[in-house]
Amino acid sequence: MAGKERDIKVHIENVKKTYMGRTGEVVALNGVNLDIKDNEFVTVVGPSGCGKSTLLNILAGLLEPTSGVITCNGKPIKGTGPERGVVFQQYALFPWLTVLKNVMFPLNMKGIKGEEAEKIARKYIKMVDLEKFENHYPKELSGGMKQRVAIARAYAANPEVLLMDEPFGALDAQTRTQLQQELLDTWEKEQKTCFFITHDVDEALILGQRVVIMSARPGRIKNIVDVDIPYPRNQETKMSPRFLELKNLIWSQVYQEYLEVRK
Amino acid sequence: MAKGKIAKAENNQKESSRISEKTKSRLWLLLSLVAAIGLWTLLSVLPKTSRSFPNIIVTVKQIPVMIERGLLFKDISSSLISVGLGYALGFVIALPVAILMAWYKPVRNIIEPWIQFIRNIPPLAYVPLIVIAAGVGRKPQVIVITIATFLIMCITIYQGIINIDETLIKAARVLGAKDKDIFVRVLAPASLPFILTAVRLGASVALTTLIAAESTGAMAGLGMRIRTLNNSYETAPMLLYIIIIGIIGITVEKIIKLLERKLTGWQEKREI
Repeated sequence: MAGKERDIKVHIENVKKTYMGRTGEVVALNGVNLDIKDNEFVTVVGPSGCGKSTLLNILAGLLEPTSGVITCNGKPIKGTGPERGVVFQQYALFPWLTVLKNVMFPLNMKGIKGEEAEKIARKYIKMVDLEKFENHYPKELSGGMKQRVAIARAYAANPEVLLMDEPFGALDAQTRTQLQQELLDTWEKEQKTCFFITHDVDEALILGQRVVIMSARPGRIKNIVDVDIPYPRNQETKMSPRFLELKNLIWSQVYQEYLEVRK
Repeated sequence: MAKGKIAKAENNQKESSRISEKTKSRLWLLLSLVAAIGLWTLLSVLPKTSRSFPNIIVTVKQIPVMIERGLLFKDISSSLISVGLGYALGFVIALPVAILMAWYKPVRNIIEPWIQFIRNIPPLAYVPLIVIAAGVGRKPQVIVITIATFLIMCITIYQGIINIDETLIKAARVLGAKDKDIFVRVLAPASLPFILTAVRLGASVALTTLIAAESTGAMAGLGMRIRTLNNSYETAPMLLYIIIIGIIGITVEKIIKLLERKLTGWQEKREI
């Protein structure tokens, strides 16, 4: 038992979040329980409004839960922390900084300056294949390149847990597939605990070891599916019978939720 | 065959637009200048408007005349001093007030309605009150320009700061930034474009308020002189002074635009 508990990176227990909307109190999350193991890749799917982004923001420390317990490494989460990194859907690059300076930002915040910071930043820029663009400003990059920079920046902070809020949601299908593959490769090389939100069932399945299905109003966990497909995975994995079987299973449950929301 | 022709034509078009983009805009500027002088000349000939619009030669000849009368440089420097002082003071007050308004809701709720209220009153209307309170001379001029430029710059900077993308602040926070870092490394650079826009709009307001500011019993100044010349129906020097104000305005605007390109070229889009 003790060994098992040490393996748990993030512990979410009975988390509830309510806020005041225009028409009164809205329950965004109600009784969410989830344990994420060290170096595990967990993906979350659910209809919009199911509170998945709220949950991510709570994990990031940008929001406080109304009630419930959340711990990371056994310690309660209080505000943002260096052990947790976030990749946002809107990239959130600083437009006045070059690619290199953007990736150096978290290093500077840690007090690492000058050449040392540049060296570390370049390593991560190389990881996302953007060496040629290190002196470019974000406005000169495509959406996919911007998100690569954001991923490099999150990695440069060297967090233990990477929280990703629909990071590929704004990209075209081709770029999205490519970035999924890159993320898989990176994760296999440099393992981190990943909490990845998406509305795309294919994406949830190709990336995750477990897929968490959330239901809406109030947001809670409806089901958790173990993805027993071994890594390394690639685009061909999407054609395998097991993948399609799981996809059907998850899709039907998510679809039910969509219908529920439309009522 | 026809296809080939079209392609060729397109090619030519591309070529010509590439080569002469700069020359083209210069040519348009020249054309517009010629058109304006043409219109001006026409106005100077038409019986109804000829008294208000002496022709270009008569107007330009007023330059040495006004210099000889010892007025031109005195007026320009007096106006520039008033505008410069009032504008600088307006900015120095507007920047912290805008930041406070964006930062603290009570400050915003108390100040903003009054800024909007006063902004819509023409300065000329409250000039007498200021003269009564501050007397004549440089002081009331500076006060009028300070008020007008403060209002426009404060509201522009404040609107800019509250519209800063919140995800940038969130991103900085999760990347380890403390409050001080967020202020210096996120909010300051993110508001720079709005500050520069405010500086540009403020300069324009400072000049358009000049007449009102110098109707406070000023001893010299471009605005004051226009009013005096009006009393003696001297339209040629009046027109000259009006054009000088325009030239000063466009020069200042060009300088600030250059500054904007230099400092905030990283922006996805600019222009307000």
